[in-house]
Amino acid sequence: MEPAFQNPAFLWRNPSPKPAYDVVIVGGGLHGLATAYYLAKNHGIENVAVLERGWLGNGNAVRNTTIIRSNYLRGESMPLYEHSLKLWETLAAELDYDVLFDQRGDLQLAHTRAEANEMRRTVYANRLAGIDAEWLEPEEVKSFCPIVNISTRVRYPVVGASLQRRGGIARHDLVMFALARAASARGVDLLQGCEVTGFRIENNRVQGVETSQGAISAGKVALAGAGRSPLLARMAGFDLPIQSTPLQALVSEGLDQVLNCVVMSGLLHVYVSQARNGGLVMGAARDNYVSYAQRGSFHILEWQFQAALELYPIMSRAHMLRTWAGIVDVSPDASPIIGRTPVENLFVNCGWGTGGFKATPVSGFVYAHTLAHGEPHELNAAFSLERFETGALIDEHGAAAVAH
Amino acid sequence: MLLIACPYCGPREEIEFRYGGEGVPIPIEADDRTWARFLYYRNSPAGLFTERWVHTHGCRQWFWVVRDTLTHEISATGKLDEAPP
Repeated sequence: MEPAFQNPAFLWRNPSPKPAYDVVIVGGGLHGLATAYYLAKNHGIENVAVLERGWLGNGNAVRNTTIIRSNYLRGESMPLYEHSLKLWETLAAELDYDVLFDQRGDLQLAHTRAEANEMRRTVYANRLAGIDAEWLEPEEVKSFCPIVNISTRVRYPVVGASLQRRGGIARHDLVMFALARAASARGVDLLQGCEVTGFRIENNRVQGVETSQGAISAGKVALAGAGRSPLLARMAGFDLPIQSTPLQALVSEGLDQVLNCVVMSGLLHVYVSQARNGGLVMGAARDNYVSYAQRGSFHILEWQFQAALELYPIMSRAHMLRTWAGIVDVSPDASPIIGRTPVENLFVNCGWGTGGFKATPVSGFVYAHTLAHGEPHELNAAFSLERFETGALIDEHGAAAVAH
Repeated sequence: MLLIACPYCGPREEIEFRYGGEGVPIPIEADDRTWARFLYYRNSPAGLFTERWVHTHGCRQWFWVVRDTLTHEISATGKLDEAPP
């Protein structure tokens, strides 16, 4: 049978499914691809398939706002995200493929005294953990990012900001190309148009998956379904503490370069950076209802515009070019779930919610380790599904800001 | 913007409401597992979903909505003492 998707053949192979693999990864997003790459590279496990129900680059891989940073608060989160940032710093060279990773700085605005206190606490925690972080007073914010309005005569004045200079952005489609190419070159089968319709489970041990392209046996099955994780888990007979909701974003027409960094406002739910082609890329708050429709309600974008125009008056005449939504898998403590499931040899990596893009390399890195050894890496040991029963939550709602 | 028919006030815009998700009864006695399920586990289905909303900026009543999570179409709403279809 001809594979359903041929393009672009020069970056990766489009094979037909083999009857069996050592590891089958469900979900061909960035985390699934990174997992396949690190399985092959770090653990020598190359008999791997990545199953993607649509095509590579149709989901959250290209629906995010590409922000990369590691300024989280908790002792469990900081090393995880910092390891990700370190992997980003060498990723393009390692994959021999430019991903336009640009450490232009991540600025997080505070609008109230309480927010400023919380943000300074994160800055100090970051510095103790060896993560670069600075606190800026309003004049310093203005000097670092001139388009920010620091007037005190606005509804939400800027009272300060935290800055991570090593934070920044990358081009998400290039990241997808780079990981897919590298995984494919190491022997990983990328199977597009291959939707998982069921799991073959005997004596509580997974044996393989049923797919739209037939049954595939697997030594281990790795869920990497992001927003569709609750549906996959239920198909396998267990539940996840995950709610899937839309997260909207938009991009303006191409403009002259006016914005030299990433600027986020957690309180006002707007975060913006400027792409190389001049488009202002902006993200919004989540729509709070459960949805798999990949679209949200317009008032969310309207609130985002209101905030953006007060913070950056220069944007008042910019035109919106496109809006879109991705379906994000939100966990109760805004931290991911990476590890074993109630079904043997079936593993889960989900719950990255609104902030998965920055974690792409480390997510693949620790998940590959977990799959190869059947035990978590020390970086993801605390991020187990069991923590919701033991109470050892990793609450990142505060420090995570809006686009965590 | 969803148009939600509050069973007390009639159809109003989504911004008047807050979302509650699946309604789960509080367990009277619970081990850690049951308590975790009550605190953190909510259904997140694809398709028809009976969920709770509250009319925050109106009558402040909780009620149920049957909504399709694939299309956002709302097919029924009702008071909590009425049974959903």
